[in-house]
Amino acid sequence: MTAFTFRIDNGTAVVRFDLPGSPVNTLGSAVSAEFTALLQQLLRDNGVRAMVLISGKPDNFIAGADIEEFRALDSAEEAETLSGEAQAVMDRVALSPKPIVAAIHGACLGGGFELALACQWRIATDHPKTQIGLPEIQLGIIPAAGGTQRLPRLIGARAALDIILAGKSEAAARAFRRGMVDELVPPSILLDAALRAADRLVMLGPARRSRIGGLAAVLIDRNPIGRRFVYNKAEHLLLRKTGGNYPAPVAALAAVRTGLELGMRRGLRAEREAFGKLAISDVSHRLVEIFFATTALKKDDGVPPGSVGEVAPVRRIAIVGAGFMGAAIAGTAVVKARVEARLKDADLVRVGRGIRSALRILDERLKRRRISKPEHARLASLVSGAADFSGFRRADLVIEAVFEDLQVKREVLADVETAVTPDTILASNTSTIPIADIAAGAQRPQNILGMHFFSPVEKMPLLEVIPHAGTAPECVVRAVRFGRKMGKTVIVVADHPGFWVNRILLPYLNEAGLLLEEGAPIDLVDSTMTKFGFPVGPVTLLDEVGLDVGLKAGKVMHEKFGARLEPASILGTMVAAGRLGRKNGKGFYRYADGKKQGVDESVYRLLGVLRRDEMAPTMVQQRLVYAMLNEAAMAAAEGVVRSPRDGDIGAVFGIGFPAFRGGPLRMIDDLGASRVVQMLRSLEASHGPRFHPAEALVGMAEAGGRFY
Amino acid sequence: MHGSRRVAIIAGLRTPFARANTVLKDADGVDLARHVARELLYRTELEGHLVDEVIWGQVVPSPLTPNVAREVSLLPQFPPSVPAYTLNRACASGAQAVQNAADQIAVGHADIILAGGVESLSNVPILHSRRMSGLLVEASKARSLGARLKVFSRIRPRDLVPVSPAIAEPSTGETMGQSAEKMAKENHISREAQDRLALMSHQRAAAATADGRMTAEIAPWFGGRGMDEPVTTDNGIRTDTSLEKLAALKPVFDRRYGSVTAGNSSPLTDGAACVLLMAEDRAHALGYAPLAFIRSYAVAAVDPGWQLLMGPALAVPRALARAGLAWDDIGVLEIHEAFAAQVLSNEQAWASAEWAARLGLPGPVGAVDWDRTNLMGGSIAVGHPFAATGCRMITTLAHAMQRRDAEFGMLSICAQGGMGYAMVLERA
Repeated sequence: MTAFTFRIDNGTAVVRFDLPGSPVNTLGSAVSAEFTALLQQLLRDNGVRAMVLISGKPDNFIAGADIEEFRALDSAEEAETLSGEAQAVMDRVALSPKPIVAAIHGACLGGGFELALACQWRIATDHPKTQIGLPEIQLGIIPAAGGTQRLPRLIGARAALDIILAGKSEAAARAFRRGMVDELVPPSILLDAALRAADRLVMLGPARRSRIGGLAAVLIDRNPIGRRFVYNKAEHLLLRKTGGNYPAPVAALAAVRTGLELGMRRGLRAEREAFGKLAISDVSHRLVEIFFATTALKKDDGVPPGSVGEVAPVRRIAIVGAGFMGAAIAGTAVVKARVEARLKDADLVRVGRGIRSALRILDERLKRRRISKPEHARLASLVSGAADFSGFRRADLVIEAVFEDLQVKREVLADVETAVTPDTILASNTSTIPIADIAAGAQRPQNILGMHFFSPVEKMPLLEVIPHAGTAPECVVRAVRFGRKMGKTVIVVADHPGFWVNRILLPYLNEAGLLLEEGAPIDLVDSTMTKFGFPVGPVTLLDEVGLDVGLKAGKVMHEKFGARLEPASILGTMVAAGRLGRKNGKGFYRYADGKKQGVDESVYRLLGVLRRDEMAPTMVQQRLVYAMLNEAAMAAAEGVVRSPRDGDIGAVFGIGFPAFRGGPLRMIDDLGASRVVQMLRSLEASHGPRFHPAEALVGMAEAGGRFY
Repeated sequence: MHGSRRVAIIAGLRTPFARANTVLKDADGVDLARHVARELLYRTELEGHLVDEVIWGQVVPSPLTPNVAREVSLLPQFPPSVPAYTLNRACASGAQAVQNAADQIAVGHADIILAGGVESLSNVPILHSRRMSGLLVEASKARSLGARLKVFSRIRPRDLVPVSPAIAEPSTGETMGQSAEKMAKENHISREAQDRLALMSHQRAAAATADGRMTAEIAPWFGGRGMDEPVTTDNGIRTDTSLEKLAALKPVFDRRYGSVTAGNSSPLTDGAACVLLMAEDRAHALGYAPLAFIRSYAVAAVDPGWQLLMGPALAVPRALARAGLAWDDIGVLEIHEAFAAQVLSNEQAWASAEWAARLGLPGPVGAVDWDRTNLMGGSIAVGHPFAATGCRMITTLAHAMQRRDAEFGMLSICAQGGMGYAMVLERA
């Protein structure tokens, strides 16, 4: 393998990294070995005074370490050794007597950034493709080639922890502001600037960086007492955010701390020891699986490969219904996919409000400096609206986001069909109504499908695309690709009631309702599930979704699935008492100024139950989790999702199922179907037939089958 | 018209016109122009890449965006490759933009052009005095803080008085209103005649707003901080005015002997308007039904020191001659109402043999038939965002011709600098 080539330009060796047979550069053992050998050669070469490291890939510097390689690790020792080797390579770079300049264009992530950090100087291009960071945490591991040591030394403890603990990557301009790179240049002069920097380093000796951060940095980052405060605060935040379920950020924090307080050698040891343990942990395995599943979904158009030829991309969308959902879809489409979004509603007041709230998503991006002011202005002119269908003929995709009522949706669709071209895809953003019912009686049912967005659209990463039996595969492909352009992970699911996400969510929420009916304390139910790993508990989720919405969905599901999903009566009681959740400031919790306060104790009286503080959290957790697992197994067997992968991704991204557990189907595999069946039988015995194990599970238990 | 191709007016659209410093005050000229252009594209379902050029008129441009047309053609609804320029023929700028577009199409340099005009008189640039500007430039060149402070120390209170552009003739120093006042006196236009014209303007505009003829030409504006206060009509139209109320107003420009009041003049207005033009064959190929075709146009100018707003007296017969038509062939007439005194002076000039002689015309042009003229009111009621007015009038005229099934229609605009503008349309 020849991944590196070089030429000598006036005493500077320009080393070009271009991994053969791969669209991106990654760092593995073979690459490291070749790089080390080349480095030694150049260090010996008297004609070389300095080096520039640049990528031969068009828009990629180094994407990170070779994930496949670390995935194949069997033991902690092996992993620790791998990390130690990587650290050694970086040390050689860092200690090189001849200055090495990293010329960064495109993704510079993980190991790639660690290599850049080891270099004496870093220049990045001010190009949108240039993203710099350490995303290791997202895979349940930590930077293991000195990243936890060199980044805090370069930019201070606070900024480094912000990047490392969240697994962040930054756009080049921000990375420059934070001091992660030394210079920011246009791509056209990257090599030139790197050569000049190399010359400068040769002539003037090691670079002196002006310290960033001002007084705060002096008081906090460069002061052991200040740093202790930073560590404690970070630890506190981590525990609150991860519930102790994710060991990697905790280990990363410890490695950073060890390095800064006890020296780099101790820090590096802490780093590789932690990496050794984490790399072979279940948590990391689950997170890596999810990463691979997400990556695979990026290439999956939702139809069998080769079944659809070239399709035109969706260049413009129109949305009927400028309410909360419609506006958020518009704003997200504009920000992410950069397409025109035309809003239509019954009157101009609603249209205007919708435009305003779509623009708020842009404003937020501007405030966070994700987009510039001129960009904001440009994107803002992509959002428009009217009280009529003007402009709808320009749209390739019309998304209907009106009131969740079959008749209303049908009427809207009939109107829309007269206002669009024969090729326009018509998508319904329904959460429960079968798409086939909506498409029945349409002029062009082949153009109709479901696009189920999750609220808040700008934040939730999942999109369900739902073809009905008659949907043209071209439309599915176009909708899926557009969903991806909107930044969503897209799963194509079958047109069954509740589709996938709501299907498995509903029994879980319903069980929460039944628990409350039995007197389970509201905060106990929620805290049990956040400890399990959900971002919010089921009762909070009900408040967020809206109790009326939950009630309605529950009824629809009950109609379709019968007694198993008989809704708990409490939602009806709550809604009848005018409690709709967060949106009207009254739910199971109290709200003030849009902020959640404590549990509304008066709810117990309203529901006529006596709070039973003695209820066991394990029992609460079992009932809730198994209700979801059972439904997931059942729906998966019905073919609601095309693969267990889609099902687990849907659960993780759609409802925040704990990622470190891999998803409900993976969890069943991990527990073993027979254990799950056993548990369900015992729950059935004590709590009723709704826990009757899914046939598919029983079959799997008997045959020793698995989802994966 | 010259050239081999007829030029079709496909559609016209405008923002609501709003008295300056009212509902459109937070929008600038670029916002208004972009809004109306974009809405026209949506209403016509036209693909932006089909547009060959964007031409816009603006009389008082912002120094920060002197070429508002380019800001329009840089809307993401157009490809960045659509060239654009901004022109200024004072109050005839909108019509001039349409004319330039028509010329380009007629000679075959373009097939489709978006022409418009915009004015945001809530956002007129306020300038520093020459001396103050000089000091600021000097200060910016100063090399040290001390030197800079030294420059600033020379600033005197009077230097801080801003200079805001007035609607005055640079060549005579006379404001537009003073000119109208002068014309009223010289042409013996009575106060009552002026007020009657103003009343008719308001009544007709109000009726057209009520029955939807006017609102059909308006793209609603989403006003208010929450964008939830839609503006769908012009706020200068007074549905409740009367001769008595108009008569009660004090003359503005000559408080003792004058007759020109705020009531019988057009107000300072914010707004934008645009017109989509296509070569006839292109329109047919794309399936667009033209509203009307451009038949002819003419511009004329008189000495601004004489009767400033008398240009139309010369422009109209010229446009008619170019069209090969007589006054009586015109089924619908649109006269820009800068001031009632100006409209009535123009009317007098067209009708009388004496005026014809004074202007060196072979004979009188014709008498205005008010049953065929300004059927939806005019600038006194609707408002007058300078460069937008021409496009508003062309749109209104084309629609009125269709409703009246008129074969020919004409518009007349008086403009700063003693200029007059006229355009003749023919039935599609």
